[in-house]
Amino acid sequence: MKAGKLSDALKKGAIWGFILLELIFFSVAGQFLSLSDSAFMDLDNMLLLLKQSAPIGIIAIGMTIVMINGNIDLSVGATFAIAAIVLLDSMTWPIFAGLGDWVIPVSWLLALTVGTLLGALNGLIVWKTGVDAFIVTLGAMLGYRGMVFMFNGENPTSHLNWTLVDFAEAQLLGIHTPTWFLLGVTLAIWFVMTRTVHGRNAYAIGDNREAAVNAGIRVGPHMMINFAIIGFLAALSAVVFYSESGSVNPNDGQLYELWVITAVVLGGTKITGGAGSVIGTFGGVIAIQLLRKGLGHIGADTSTVNLVIGLILIAVLILDRQLNIRGKEELKL
Amino acid sequence: MATLTKQQIGSILAKQGILIAFALFMIAFALGNPKFLTVDNLFSVVRSSAILGVMALGVTFVVISGNLDLSVGSMMSFSTIVVLDLHDKIGPFLAIPAMFLMTLALGGLIGFLVGYLKLNSLIVTLGMLSAIHGLTLTYSGGQNMDIADKEGTWFSVFGQGTALGIPVPILIFAGLAALLGLVLAKTPFGRKVYAVGGNGTAATFSGIRRARTVFTCYLMSAGCVATAGLIQASRSLGSQNTVGQGLELEVLAAVILGGASLLGGSGTVFKTVIGVLILGFIQNGLLLIGLQFYVQFVVTWVIIILAVWLDVAAKRGKLWSPIA
Repeated sequence: MKAGKLSDALKKGAIWGFILLELIFFSVAGQFLSLSDSAFMDLDNMLLLLKQSAPIGIIAIGMTIVMINGNIDLSVGATFAIAAIVLLDSMTWPIFAGLGDWVIPVSWLLALTVGTLLGALNGLIVWKTGVDAFIVTLGAMLGYRGMVFMFNGENPTSHLNWTLVDFAEAQLLGIHTPTWFLLGVTLAIWFVMTRTVHGRNAYAIGDNREAAVNAGIRVGPHMMINFAIIGFLAALSAVVFYSESGSVNPNDGQLYELWVITAVVLGGTKITGGAGSVIGTFGGVIAIQLLRKGLGHIGADTSTVNLVIGLILIAVLILDRQLNIRGKEELKL
Repeated sequence: MATLTKQQIGSILAKQGILIAFALFMIAFALGNPKFLTVDNLFSVVRSSAILGVMALGVTFVVISGNLDLSVGSMMSFSTIVVLDLHDKIGPFLAIPAMFLMTLALGGLIGFLVGYLKLNSLIVTLGMLSAIHGLTLTYSGGQNMDIADKEGTWFSVFGQGTALGIPVPILIFAGLAALLGLVLAKTPFGRKVYAVGGNGTAATFSGIRRARTVFTCYLMSAGCVATAGLIQASRSLGSQNTVGQGLELEVLAAVILGGASLLGGSGTVFKTVIGVLILGFIQNGLLLIGLQFYVQFVVTWVIIILAVWLDVAAKRGKLWSPIA
C-alpha cells in the first residue's frame, strides 16, 4: 500500500515539478538565447501568463469534471464561439437599446445561458440515448460550428463596448480580471468535486459505472449536470475573452478541445474516468502556457511549440504507464 | 407474433439502416432537384469525397481494431506539403515514394506507441496531431508550398486526370476500397483485426499477436493518408500548411456513420464507403435544394446521432437508454 501511495504522491506532484523545471530552464536559457533584456521570471510577465491561460484554463476545469465522470466533450470550442457571438450580437439588439451599460449583465446572462443549454443538451442526449459521449459531442462539434457559420457566414461579428473593455482589462491587486475568473472557477469547482455529494458521485461513476448504479447513484442526472457545467464554463471563457477583444471570427475556438484535453491529461486526469483533480488541471494549464511563452522567449517559433507539446503529451503517457507498472510490482512484493 | 415482426423490423433496420437511410436520402434529393441524379453531379460529388474517403478507409481498420486515429488530418497536411516540396527538388518519380516512406514512418511510430507500448490511442494521436502539425510548419517554414511549373508536370494526373472517362481520384478511391475491403473481409489479417478489436484478451489467448495487428492497422492508415495527400497535392499543385486541419473528425464521422463501433470489433469497408458518400451527398443535395452551405454541418450532427442511436437501440432492444 505504501508504495502505491508513494507513486500516487509522485504523480500528483509531477506537474508542479515539471512547471518548476520549465521555469528554471527558460530562465537560464533565456540568459543566453533571449533577444529581450527582461528576465523570463519577471512579475509582469508571469501575471500576463496567468491572464493568457484563462480562456483555455476555464474550459479545462470543466473538462476535468466531465472526464472524471468518464465522458469527454469535443464541442467546447464551438460552444465557445456561439457564446461569443451571442454576447457581442445581443449588445446591439434594439430591444436592449434603452438599457445603456446595463446591457452588459443582460448579454452576459444570455451568453452563459446559451452555453449552459448547449452543454446540457449534450448531457441529455448522452443520458437518454446511451450513445457514447465521444460520438455525441463529436457530432455537436460539427453541428454547433455549423450554427456559428449560419449566423454570419465567414464574416466576423464585432461590437466594442468600452465599459466592458475597461472591466476586462482592469487589474485588482495587480491581477487581471480574466485571471480572477480562472482562479474563482478553479476554487469553486475544486470545492464541488472534493466537498459535495455531487463531486463524490462523479468520481464513483467514472471509476465504475456499474457499481455506482448498484449503489443507487442516479448516473444520468450527474452526467448531465457536468455537461451543463462545461457548457457554462465554455461560455464564461468566451465572455471573459471577448469582453476585451470585441470581435469574434466564426473559426474562433477551433482546436480548443485539443488544447484543453492536453492540459487536463498533463494535469493527471485519467481519460478513462474516476481519477483526476481540478488543481492538477490548473497546473497542466499553467505548464502549457509556460511552454508556449518560454519557447517564444528563447526565440523558437510557434511550430516548435506544437511539436514540443505533442511530444510531451506522449512522454507523459509513457511515464505514467511506467509509474503504474512499478506501483503494481511493488505491491506484489 | 406482432412483437416478433417488430423485432425482425428492428434487426433489419439495425443491419441495413444505413443503406435504407442512404436510399431515402437519394430519392428525396432527386425529387427535390432534377440536377441531383445526373452523371456529372454524381461524379463531382464522389470526386470531392475521394480524399476524405481514402483516409476513412484506413481509419476503418484502426477503429475496428479498437483504437482511434485523430492524427490523420495533420498527417495529410504533412504528406501534401512534403510531396509538393520534393516535387521540385528531386522530381515527382522520387518525391512520391519518399513522401510515402516519411508518412509511413509517422504511422509506424503511432503504431509502435499504441500497439507495442499499449498507450491510449486517443491521447497518443492527439499528441501526434499537434506534433505533426509542428513538424509540417518546421519543414515548410510556415510558407505555402507551390510547384514552380504547374503546366509542365504529369504530377497533376492523380488529382485532375481522367481515365476511361472517370476522374482518377474516383478510380483510386474505388480501387483502394475494393482492395482493402477484400483484405478486411477475406484474409486472415482481416479476421485478426476484428478479433483484436472485439476482445483483445481473447485474441491474445488464441495466439493472435495483438501488438503487431494494431501496428499494421496504423501503417495502413498512414498509407491511406499518404494517398490522400498525393491526390490533394496533385489536385491543387500548391497547398497551405493546414490543408488537412479538422479532417480527422470528419473522417471519424464518416466511419461512425458507416456503423463501425468506437469500441472496436465491428464495421466494414463497404459501410464506411457508404458513410463517406452520405456525407458527400448531404452536402451536395442541401446545396442543390438551395440551402446555405453550413446547414450540412447541422444536418450531419443530427444524422450521426440518430444513426448511432438506432444502432445501439437495436442492439439493446430498447429505444431509451437504461441509465437511471
